[in-house]
Amino acid sequence: MTGDALHFHYDVDGNNFTSAGEASVQVKRTLRQMGYHPDLIRRISVAMYEGEINMVIHAKGGDADVYVTPDCITVILKDVGPGIKDINLAMQEGYSTAPDNIRSLGFGAGMGLPNMKRYSDELKIDSVVGVGTTIEMKFKSA
Amino acid sequence: MTIREIAERINAVVYADPDRLDEDLTGAFGSDMMSDVLAFAENRDVLLTGLLNPQIVRTAHMLDMQCIIIVRGKTATPEIKTLAAQNDIVLMETQMTMYEASGRLYEGGLGR
Ligand SMILES: Nc1ncnc2c1ncn2[C@@H]1O[C@H](COP(=O)(O)OP(=O)(O)O)[C@@H](O)[C@H]1O
Ligand SMILES: [Mg+2]
Repeated sequence: MTGDALHFHYDVDGNNFTSAGEASVQVKRTLRQMGYHPDLIRRISVAMYEGEINMVIHAKGGDADVYVTPDCITVILKDVGPGIKDINLAMQEGYSTAPDNIRSLGFGAGMGLPNMKRYSDELKIDSVVGVGTTIEMKFKSA
Repeated sequence: MTIREIAERINAVVYADPDRLDEDLTGAFGSDMMSDVLAFAENRDVLLTGLLNPQIVRTAHMLDMQCIIIVRGKTATPEIKTLAAQNDIVLMETQMTMYEASGRLYEGGLGR
């Protein structure tokens, strides 16, 4: 993404479940300071939080990048984790490969990707098994 | 229902700015699965949960929820308390089960 986009970058630590979500918290704070509508901010922060949690529990962390242009906010989550074998299956509500120890932490209900689709205006998943996953979400702001 | 009334109905210990006790909250959702909270709790102010880790605060914060009620007699960790305070989220602890606490709040009109 080029041009006049504002760009924010965050490292998502894959070894620390406790800190998972900190990038989303910061994005929420930044978007509030920029004066966006609370409903839009909520959609963006929930969707990004789901994606950030996924990077921590399914991959080994990664990079989160947020681009802000006058009419759109784009969130890109990139990891070099195991990849997703069957994206259609992964998109189904309730489908999860998360182990029990993740479920006991409150995640792994298989609602993350469906939530990301529901809360964003556009969701693109690019994933190669053994290479990694890149998720791009767009939110129209105008 | 005000924060004060919520606390009274479920006999809760409250960690909040005293100035907020008369603030009115609407809607509630109860679950130990944060994924379900993220899917179903939009536009509700109160989260009831028996889960004890910092992600309960982040989940509530992402959804703009105002209050977390920890059920089944569990005690909030210092980390949870700090995070909640940082994000202006009221924290409560009740001895009641999620079923009983939810029932009492629903009966009192919260989320109805
Ligand atoms: N970043 C990722 N890397 C590898 N696999 C992923 C990633 N994100 C999601 N998945 C796969 O897609 C499934 C569904 O994801 P999701 O809907 O968020 O549910 P959950 O995280 O609760 O398992 C996951 O269980 C996992 O198999
Ligand atoms: Mg998930």
